[in-house]
Amino acid sequence: GEGRGREADRGWPSPFVMRPRIALNLKGVEYEFLEEKLGVKSDLLLRSNPVHKKIPVLLHAGRPVCESLIIVQYIDDAWPSSGPSILPSDPYDCATARFWAAYLDEKWFPAMSGIARAQGEEAKKAALDQVVEGLSLLEDAFGKISKGKPFFGGDTVGFLDIALGCFLGWLRVTEKMNGMKLLDEAKVPGLAKWAERFCAHDAVKGVMPETEKLAEFAKLIMAKFKAAAPPPQ
Amino acid sequence: MDGVKLHGVWASPFSTRVIWALKLKGIPFDYVEEDLSNKSASLLRYNPVHKKIPVLVHGGRPVCESMVIVEYLEEAWPQFPLLPSDPHERAVARFWVKFIEDKSLNVWIAGRSAGEEQEKPMRDSSEMLAILEEHGPNKGKKFFGGDSINIVDIAFGGVAYWMRVIEEVSGGKMFDAAKLPRLNAWMANFESSPVIAKNLPDRGKLRDYFVPVRAKILSSSTSK
Repeated sequence: GEGRGREADRGWPSPFVMRPRIALNLKGVEYEFLEEKLGVKSDLLLRSNPVHKKIPVLLHAGRPVCESLIIVQYIDDAWPSSGPSILPSDPYDCATARFWAAYLDEKWFPAMSGIARAQGEEAKKAALDQVVEGLSLLEDAFGKISKGKPFFGGDTVGFLDIALGCFLGWLRVTEKMNGMKLLDEAKVPGLAKWAERFCAHDAVKGVMPETEKLAEFAKLIMAKFKAAAPPPQ
Repeated sequence: MDGVKLHGVWASPFSTRVIWALKLKGIPFDYVEEDLSNKSASLLRYNPVHKKIPVLVHGGRPVCESMVIVEYLEEAWPQFPLLPSDPHERAVARFWVKFIEDKSLNVWIAGRSAGEEQEKPMRDSSEMLAILEEHGPNKGKKFFGGDSINIVDIAFGGVAYWMRVIEEVSGGKMFDAAKLPRLNAWMANFESSPVIAKNLPDRGKLRDYFVPVRAKILSSSTSK
């Protein structure tokens, strides 16, 4: 019925699945959470996302919306008078948020997920350096965009908070597995404090995976990856 | 201080997309041709993260990334809407823009590679076209935007026109017109539509531009 969404979700570990959930929570929209079985794609998923066959997919009034950040924008468009605005109202601020979200998805997150897959110490260090450099850029961006307020979105969690915040679980796992601090209060103080506020937010706490659980999941994936990879020459 | 300035390169599909959006909306602008081998101090200041064109500067503030710029223009200048007003239709349009952006990387890779290395990006480009042919929005209509050009047409226009130049320059085939009747018709509609037709870089000039660019890339990658 009106004001309800449905979401096909296989992955509590997936940062991309987290994004629409946070947005729905911000808007106070009730939704049904459909857990896809790992390794098996349901008919509903295949029908709803025939192009990519991936989650997350939001179903609203029977119509599918795909791609995590597009879903977040859709939620903002479809429930304009519920809760805060997720996208900034100023077109320039909007463009800034979109620019950084694109940077995160196209450059920063691939670098971070590349760390675990990196072959050899040099490649690993290169990937880590990219992540660290990215965090420094984001620290700078946070200062400029938040203008002293608690979030990228100002007083409330917004588009860029969601776009970056969903990666915090994996960032912590990366820190754990590499024995290093990435969200270092000494180096990126603004982001470090922002991360605490974000994770404590009502719209986020219920959907942010526990680092321990995520680390276990990561080990599972790594084992599978190594088993599937060709033996070293 | 509310002037609009576009930093671009005439041969770039990315800055051409922005020109299309500006012209369709009738937004007056100044144009700065950048030399990519000698990037201007302003470009580096405006886009420190990527150091790339296009950059749109509005009232002194820079906006980067071609499709981010197009969304910005859409929000700041409502005339000649490039996005539908219905939330679901907007989401569908954005989905296809993202699809085109992500998959068209293969077209540019194909342009920069040869022989065996070129095979996969060519195949992936053809797959992208097959999916657009079948699933692209507003099938049966003139444009992806329906009766008029929208953001999806602008996104794909940048790819389709340059794809044929890349095919000529690199000797590969990605666009099989016989298998893609819908896209074939779309190309004719798009490229002949009034604003677009007047803002398409000359094919011959583009070919002459990309031949040495490709040669340089290929020679530097083999001399490793």
